[in-house]
Amino acid sequence: MNKKTREPLFHITKRVNIPRWLPMAVRLSAIVMALLVCALISVLLTGENPLSIYGTILSGSFGSTRKTWVTLQNVAMLLIISLAVTPAFRMRFWNVGGEGQTLAGCLAAAACMICLRDVMPSWLLMICMFIASLAAGGLWGFIPAFFKAKWGTNETLFTLMMNYIATQLVAYFCVVWESPKGSGQIGVINQKTEMGWLPVVGGQRYLLPVLVAVALCAAMYIYLTFSKHGFEISVVGESERTAHYVGIKVEKVIMRTMILSGAVCGLAGLLLVGSVNHTLTTTLVGGRGFTAVMVSWLAKFNPIWMIVTSFLIVVLERGASEISTNFGLNKSFSDILTGIILFFIIGSEFFIRYKVNFRHAAEAEKEAKR
Amino acid sequence: MFDFISFIPRAVVQGIPLLFGSTGETLGEKAGNLNLGIPGVMYVGGICGVIGSFLYEQSLPDKAMANGALAILIPLVCCLLGSLLMGLLYCFLTVTLRANQNVTGLALTTFGVGVGNFFGGSLIKLSGGAVPSIALSTTSSFFHASLPFAGKLGWFGKIFLSYGFLAYVAIAVSLLAAWILRRTRVGLHLRAVGESPTTADAAGINVNRYKYVATCTGCMIAGLGGLYYVMDYASGVWSNNAFGDRGWLAIALVIFTIWRPDTGVLSSILFGGLYILHMYIPSGMNLAIKELYKMLPYVVTVVVLVLTSMRRKREDQPPASLGVPYFREER
Repeated sequence: MNKKTREPLFHITKRVNIPRWLPMAVRLSAIVMALLVCALISVLLTGENPLSIYGTILSGSFGSTRKTWVTLQNVAMLLIISLAVTPAFRMRFWNVGGEGQTLAGCLAAAACMICLRDVMPSWLLMICMFIASLAAGGLWGFIPAFFKAKWGTNETLFTLMMNYIATQLVAYFCVVWESPKGSGQIGVINQKTEMGWLPVVGGQRYLLPVLVAVALCAAMYIYLTFSKHGFEISVVGESERTAHYVGIKVEKVIMRTMILSGAVCGLAGLLLVGSVNHTLTTTLVGGRGFTAVMVSWLAKFNPIWMIVTSFLIVVLERGASEISTNFGLNKSFSDILTGIILFFIIGSEFFIRYKVNFRHAAEAEKEAKR
Repeated sequence: MFDFISFIPRAVVQGIPLLFGSTGETLGEKAGNLNLGIPGVMYVGGICGVIGSFLYEQSLPDKAMANGALAILIPLVCCLLGSLLMGLLYCFLTVTLRANQNVTGLALTTFGVGVGNFFGGSLIKLSGGAVPSIALSTTSSFFHASLPFAGKLGWFGKIFLSYGFLAYVAIAVSLLAAWILRRTRVGLHLRAVGESPTTADAAGINVNRYKYVATCTGCMIAGLGGLYYVMDYASGVWSNNAFGDRGWLAIALVIFTIWRPDTGVLSSILFGGLYILHMYIPSGMNLAIKELYKMLPYVVTVVVLVLTSMRRKREDQPPASLGVPYFREER
C-alpha cells in the first residue's frame, strides 16, 4: 500500500443520534476516573490508603451537624450564583462577571445596613436592602449587556473587568466604613442591634439560603423551560439571525436576560451579607462567580442538574480542605483536586459529541461485511 | 513635584510581568484561543522557577559557590517546562477535544493558582522559616543583576538600565512577536487561523498545529512573567497569593493594546504606573481614595474595549473566531 495514502490511525466523526444513556455514562466514568487520579495523588502525598481519604472527604463535609449545615449553605450560595449566570449562558452570552455582580449586591446590602440603620425600622430596612441589592446586581449585569447589544462589545472581557471594578469599589467602602477606625475592615455590621439581619428561619442560621436556593432552582427551571422568555433566550442562543427573522428583539432579550442574571447574583449578595456573614470584605464571594460558570456548564445549563454539580464541587472543596488539615497539607490542595476533576469532565464532553473510529476496527467491520 | 525618577522604574517593574502575560495571551488569542487560564499559567511559571531554584540552592554546599549561568538556567528551564505543560493541557482540551474555552480557561486558573499555592506552601514548610514566605536570595541576585555601570549614569541609568535581564527579554519578545504577527508569513497564517479557521484550512494551513504552537508559546512567555515577578520584582521571595490579580490585568492589557504586542511595551508601563499610582498621589489621611486609584487600569480597559467596538475599525477588532472551537466537518 502506498504509504502516503494510508488511512490515519483513527478518525473522528460527529455522532448523529446520541443514545440517551450515553451522556450520563460518559460523565460518570469521567468522574470515576478523575476520582481515581485524585486518590492516586492524595495517596502519593499523604501515604494513606485511598478509602480512608474518601472517608475524610465525606467526614469533612458531613462529619457533624455543623459541618453539614456549612456544606449545605455553601452549596446553596454556589447554586444561587450558578442559577444566576445560567440564563445568560443559554443565550451564549459568556457572563464571567458573576463575581462582580454578586459583590455589587453585597455592597448595596451593606450600604443600606450602615447608612439607613438609624432612620427606619428593621423590616423596612430589609425591604430596602432587597431592592438595593437586586438593583445593584442588575445594574452590574446591564452595563456589559447594553454595550454588547448596541455595539457588539466582547462580553467575556467586559464582565471580567467589571469584577475588579466591583472589588475595588468594595475595597474603597471597606476603608470608608471601617470600624474600628484604622483597621481597614468593616467587621460585623450592626452586631448589637442586628438591624437588617435577615430573619433566622427554623432556628437554623443557614436554612434561609438553602430554602431560597431550592425555590430559585424550581423557578429558574420553569422560567427557562416553560416561559416565553425562556424560549426567546434559547432561540437567541441558537442563532441570532433566526431570532431576528421570527421577530424577537435580540437587543431587548440580551439586556433583559442580563438584568435578570445580575439581579439574581445581587440576591446572592444580599444573602451573603444579610444572612450568612453580616460583614463586607473584598473576598466575600470567594471566587464563586467563577466556579459558578463551571457548575452551570457541567450541568449543561439545566437548573436541576446544577444541584448535583454544585454539590459535587462543594463537597470536594470541603473534603480536600479536611484532607489538608488532617494530613498537614496545604489548603490549596482542594483547588488542585477540583481542577483535575474539572479537566476530566471537560474532556469527556468530547466523547459524547464525537465518535472516535479506529482504523483497525473499521477494517474489521469491512471484513465482516464481506 | 511628582517624583518621576523614582516613579518610572517602579512602574516598569510592575509592568514587566503584565507585558509577558499580555504578549503570551495575544499570541493565543490571535490563534482564536481566548485563554482565561493565563493567571494560572503565570502562577505555575512562577512556582516552577521557585522549585527549580530551591532545589538548586539546596544542592549547593555553600551559597557563595552558586554559578551564575546555572542559577539562571535551572529556574528558567523549569518555568518554561511548567508553563508549557499548562499550555499543552489547555490546547489538548480546547483544540483536540474542542471543549469550551471559557470553562477550560477558568478551570486552568483554579488549578494553576492551586498548584502555585500548594507547592509554595509546602516549600515554605520544608524550609521551616518563621515567616510564611520563602526567600531565594542567592539565585534571585543573578536575576536581579543589572549592568554594573548603570548606577553611575544618574537618572538615565535609573530609568533605562536598572532592571534585571528578564525585563529586556520581555521587551524584545513583545517586539519580536509583533514583528512576526505583522510582517512574516507565519504571522499571516496565524492571524488567518484566528480570523477564519475554515478559510485558513481551505488554504492549506494546518489549523490545529498553529493553534497548538501559538498557544503553547504564549503560555511559556506568560510563565516567564510569573518567573520575573518572583525572581526579580519580589527578590526571590515567594509568598502565597502575592502575585494577586496581575494575571487578569495582563488579559486586560491585551484588550488595551488592541491585540498589538509592540504597543504593549509602553502600555504595560502605563498599567504598571496606574497600578502603583496610589502610592504617589498625596492623599493625606484619606486612605480610601487609594483603593479607587487601583480601579483605574480596569476602567481604562473597559473604556478602550467599548471605544474599539463602537468605532468598528476593522483592524482594531478582536480575532473573529475568538473563543470558538474549530471542527472541519462543522457547518
